[in-house]
Amino acid sequence: MAKITLDKLAHSYYPNPAEPADYALKSMDYSWDDGGAYALLGPSGCGKTTLLNIISGLLAPSQGRIQFDDTDVTNRSPEQRNIAQVFQFPVIYDTMTVADNLAFPLLNRGVERNEVNKRVQDMLATLELSDKANRRAQGLTADEKQKISLGRGLVRYDVNAILFDEPLTVIDPQMKWQLRTKLKELHQRFKHTMIYVTHDQTEALTFADKVVVMYEGEVVQIGTPEELFERPSHTFVGYFIGSPGMNVLPCKIEGNAAIVDNHRIPLRFYYEPPAGAKLELGVRPEFVRFAKSTEYGVPVSVERVDDVGRHRIAKVHLGKQVLNVLLAEGEPVPSYNIGIVCDPERSSVYANDHRIEGVPVSAGGVA
Amino acid sequence: MVAKTVNQRAWFLVLPVLLVVAMNAIIPLMTVVNYSVQDTFSPGVFFFEGTKWYQEVLSSPRFHGALGRQFLFTAIILAIEIPLGVMVALAMPRTGPWVSVCLVLMALPLLIPWNVVGAMWNIFALPDIGLLGFGLNWLGFDYNYTQQPVAAWFTVVLMDVWHWTSLVVLLAYAGLSSIPDAYYQAAKIDGAGRFAVFRYIQLPKMKRVLIIALLLRFMDSFMIYTEPFVLTGGGPGNSTTFLSIDLVKAAIGEFNLGIAAAMSILYFLMTLLVCWVFYTLMMRGEDES
Repeated sequence: MAKITLDKLAHSYYPNPAEPADYALKSMDYSWDDGGAYALLGPSGCGKTTLLNIISGLLAPSQGRIQFDDTDVTNRSPEQRNIAQVFQFPVIYDTMTVADNLAFPLLNRGVERNEVNKRVQDMLATLELSDKANRRAQGLTADEKQKISLGRGLVRYDVNAILFDEPLTVIDPQMKWQLRTKLKELHQRFKHTMIYVTHDQTEALTFADKVVVMYEGEVVQIGTPEELFERPSHTFVGYFIGSPGMNVLPCKIEGNAAIVDNHRIPLRFYYEPPAGAKLELGVRPEFVRFAKSTEYGVPVSVERVDDVGRHRIAKVHLGKQVLNVLLAEGEPVPSYNIGIVCDPERSSVYANDHRIEGVPVSAGGVA
Repeated sequence: MVAKTVNQRAWFLVLPVLLVVAMNAIIPLMTVVNYSVQDTFSPGVFFFEGTKWYQEVLSSPRFHGALGRQFLFTAIILAIEIPLGVMVALAMPRTGPWVSVCLVLMALPLLIPWNVVGAMWNIFALPDIGLLGFGLNWLGFDYNYTQQPVAAWFTVVLMDVWHWTSLVVLLAYAGLSSIPDAYYQAAKIDGAGRFAVFRYIQLPKMKRVLIIALLLRFMDSFMIYTEPFVLTGGGPGNSTTFLSIDLVKAAIGEFNLGIAAAMSILYFLMTLLVCWVFYTLMMRGEDES
């Protein structure tokens, strides 16, 4: 088990990368805690698998170093790094029995036979595969095979980290829950550092203590699920997490208000955005509501209301901009004089896609 | 319920293929069956002989000799070509510009007409002017495939290995290429050595193509005719007279129609039997997966 440090790490699949666009992974400096459960979340092609393979040692980074605790492991093989990795598609050794599959990584490392048997039995019980221990792994179902793949990583108690590359892709939805719960359980029991790559936000948010959101080869935010939800530090995080994603509206800033399409939306802080930057107001549908008849709301027109189960989503037009507003069950949609109110506490301002901090009104910002 | 229209005209559509199969398989085969149970002294005069020819063939030392040589030859070339083909396939590059170069080089021997292969090796191995024959003698080996049975066998086997290992290589390579990278990566992470990767990943994944390779090489080598006919003509003596060479000698050289027909039928049944065994084994493997 180890703390993982990425030191100016960058990777390009081209031999002589010149522009930032040539990099699959742009230079990053992070350090991930020992025993943490991290999820690398991002759309396909954002570099998350590249990063994972660099951590596991299947890929050598073109720049920078990677450390486990205080040891530089940049040039070490996956074996020497002592990590386990589970892939998107189950990898099993067809000709071996289920038990032999689990014993394989231990025997390769010269673990003593009695100890191997003990651990394999233990792991079979944990994965609920004891009844299939002595049958050939060939004819099993996809989720049983994936459990074996997981098990081959988990039988090695002393691994530095366990890496998962979208391991639940081929699993049925019902089984996904069970396996994810199992993973959580194993994490609590063994306290391995776990890194979990996925493009599914539910998977990431339920599995991880810390979610690492990646976008176009960059880490745009590392945070707890709550932080990502309440204070997305990049417009992409806002879009990508939440269903529906955050409303991002081009705006101008005047002191402590955002001007969207000539309408003034009050904010909690004073902002001094850099000159010439592309400015946007970000507010989640959860934090927008229809104004009560007694208060002032920014005037909008309602295009339609979709029922998505537990709540309803109203699609409204604010001038040329379109917003989603989340309605609680049974909450009526006003029929005339419709206005919306954005929660100033939970509205963020983005300059060139990055969240900027404001100065509290009470601290006497620019009047 | 609407009565189904009964229409037997569909049978006419099957007729062309029936005719073709009858002309090129059933009728010739029946002729052979006919010859194998009859004796003749002049055209149109036939006597029914029952199983006489079969008994004669099965008890003749000449047939035993040819059959023995045939099995020995097939066993030797399978024992060489299958492992060698797998080794070459493992050594071939998986990506890059060299892949196509290797594949073309591998395919070359397969594109050469069989009698040309025989002629090439005939000249190549001549002890006085052939590169191989002359070279071996120059190195101090007493080598003359036209006179020494061992030298003749060596040459025939070498020629077959040169000609057909490529087929095994190409099949094995196709099998290897179908293994996803994740398997190798997982093996690396599990700490598997080179041999374990071969034993537990590559070999199981190649199993099916290797069975096909084995089947093809068995059939081809069991029926080999052209190359040894051109290279050694079955000699020296009878030392490289395999079944089909012996069969042609009996049928055309000696005009022993009854014997030749009985041999043909036995030969055919043997090939069929071994293919059936292979097929059953293959299908059993399929069921498990």
